[in-house]
Amino acid sequence: MARTDFGPPHYTQMLPPVIQRNYGKWKYHERLKPGLLKHVAESGDELYTVRAGSERLLSTDRVREICDIADKYCEGYVRFTSRHNIEFLVSDGSKVEQLIAELRNKGYPVGGTGHSITNIVHTQGWAHCHTPATDASGLVKALMDELYDYFMSWKLPAYCRISLACCLNMCGAVHCSDVAILGIHRKPPKPNHEIIRTKCEIPNVIAACPTGAIRPDPKEKSLIINEKRCMYCGNCYTMCPGLPLADAEGDGVSIWVGGKVSSARTPPAFSRLVIPYLPNNPPRWPETVAAVKNIIETWARHAHKHERMGEWIERIGWDRFFLLTGIPFTEQLIDDFTFATETFRTTPAFKW
Amino acid sequence: MPDSETPLLDELEKGPWPSFVRDMREAAQKKPAAKDLMRQLELSYKEKVGHWKHGGIVGVKGYGGGVIGRYSDRPDLFPNVEMFHTLRVNQPSGWFYTTKALRALCDVWDKHGSGLTNFHGATGDIILLGTTTEHLQLCFDDLAEIGFDLGGSGSCLRTPSACVGPARCEYACIDTLDICHDLTVAYQEQLHRPMFPYKFKIKVAGCPNDCVASIARSDLSVIGTWKGNIQIDEDEVGKYWESGFDIQGEVVDLCPTKCMEWDAHSRTLKINDRECNRCMHCINQMPKALRPGEQRGATILVGGKAPIVQGALLSWVVVPFMKMEPPYGELKDLVNKIFDWWDENAKMRERLGELINRLGMGQFLRATGLRPVPQMIIRPRANPYYFWSAEEVK
Repeated sequence: MARTDFGPPHYTQMLPPVIQRNYGKWKYHERLKPGLLKHVAESGDELYTVRAGSERLLSTDRVREICDIADKYCEGYVRFTSRHNIEFLVSDGSKVEQLIAELRNKGYPVGGTGHSITNIVHTQGWAHCHTPATDASGLVKALMDELYDYFMSWKLPAYCRISLACCLNMCGAVHCSDVAILGIHRKPPKPNHEIIRTKCEIPNVIAACPTGAIRPDPKEKSLIINEKRCMYCGNCYTMCPGLPLADAEGDGVSIWVGGKVSSARTPPAFSRLVIPYLPNNPPRWPETVAAVKNIIETWARHAHKHERMGEWIERIGWDRFFLLTGIPFTEQLIDDFTFATETFRTTPAFKW
Repeated sequence: MPDSETPLLDELEKGPWPSFVRDMREAAQKKPAAKDLMRQLELSYKEKVGHWKHGGIVGVKGYGGGVIGRYSDRPDLFPNVEMFHTLRVNQPSGWFYTTKALRALCDVWDKHGSGLTNFHGATGDIILLGTTTEHLQLCFDDLAEIGFDLGGSGSCLRTPSACVGPARCEYACIDTLDICHDLTVAYQEQLHRPMFPYKFKIKVAGCPNDCVASIARSDLSVIGTWKGNIQIDEDEVGKYWESGFDIQGEVVDLCPTKCMEWDAHSRTLKINDRECNRCMHCINQMPKALRPGEQRGATILVGGKAPIVQGALLSWVVVPFMKMEPPYGELKDLVNKIFDWWDENAKMRERLGELINRLGMGQFLRATGLRPVPQMIIRPRANPYYFWSAEEVK
């Protein structure tokens, strides 16, 4: 039997020599231009990072191409970021421009550092997930084509982090992003009694419903859904394949804004719902792309320098946000889940 | 020329951003599975629903997780993706690679799978996308040969991840890569054999910028921080000023605690460090001139998660400052107590944060032996419904 539980390769085997020499001894960094960082160590050693966007879903051929580039310019080392970007680490400054030229030539966008839109963290969508309400890679590709200039430049007031999760399970944990795109269902599950009877642990499925919308059906030895109580989270389906809720007309995307994870200036914050539903419209999802672009450009026009989306909105007020973006305010935007009342206004001081 | 089988997907080969469709097409030239994946995805684009069956349990010997079983619901149309399982492969800390290691991974995956990958999955693993049941063990064996182990899936400790940390960031207050690796190796049993009420995530960030989103995405967030004064290099402050950088407007005025003063005449920047809350803004803006204080450690937070089931939570501070020196005994001691308490008390699919919400932070603190301190809260409670233990009321 093969050995097990040996863990990942030790990271020290994967670090370029310049990093091994200066590990923990970096003195400062500069942002030279979009996609290019320069780190300087206490020793005086310099390290240039060229950041390139990737499609995340990579063929082995693409990975080998990345390796070829890293062999040529980076002594055979490369890293990826938490946002699916590729980082080429160059210790010889004279190679940087050549590397950037070659990356551009091969179709890799160089950018995503500083006050830009960086790569969109996303999930599997229709390509490989069993509970999606939308696709992931395709919607991200459509968006990044449209937001390409904001990846390549520093035109924005601050960082902007866009994330996409294709259902409420939120493998992409998009709930603290400047702009979050979240696949949602809008129809209750359709019970398949045969599957429920044979494959599901009924008490566990009942317990899995956060709104108590599921009760036993003794006659069918199955389950009944109280459709009025269902808010389509899909937790029951994750527990039991007999409760599918995907639907071509019901499914689509929702848009959330104003979240962040860093503690800089203001504490980390959740994204808030601003558009409850947009249709799935592959291959280019024009409604979603237009909505995201409108939100980002409205923020970019009005925010102060360094002001993240959520900081800007908190300063001007959500009432003003809806006015400036022209997004219609609907009942779904008023919370009615747990701790909803914390989001209700408790002062008559607000804006018209 | 025959018409394309994937006219909708073909649209996504246009435009400046790198196209995953191009990668799929390249893989499809070598692998029937990749070709059928494309064709099935095209059907999803046409019908606007997914075509993967719910779940399916498959795995490798000795493990309970690390593999996601995946089966097409239209094997009649797409026989080559009838089985299309994913392997989650544990990434090296900080996502650094030698090209030799990456090429070896590609070779293994070309031998056993679809030739499609994710660099990386949302939790941090290398994702090898699509193989058959009979190839799983063979693929794992070959991965082991080249030094790669599986990550976590199911109700287990999920693959921990860390920011770039001291490898390339002067902000790093802790050795994120080492902590991540150490914990990953220490908790192999919990990582590979689902035994918990639900998933448990650990992420390690070097500073409050939290580039790995630990506060939003992990049940246990380890975030580097410091005590004492921010280190100031007066000369470099002056150089920022000379270069035209607006120290007053971009740094001092944006300080959330208003603990900074800038005097342009004497070119002095003063920080009242007792009032600083270490948010990182000033350091982010002037990395040449300002550095975190010398006494380094981590703030430990717990309970972060995405919405399923009861709603999303951000992690809460439970240890304001913990020194982080190998072998990280204090941290592991806390992790062990958390695992025990959560495992014993949680309902199925109840994350740590939801359990604390249900039973109360008081119970969590008693179970872990942590001392209540003001740093744990934004403000005290506004209701009179609190507990006393019998011993406290004599």
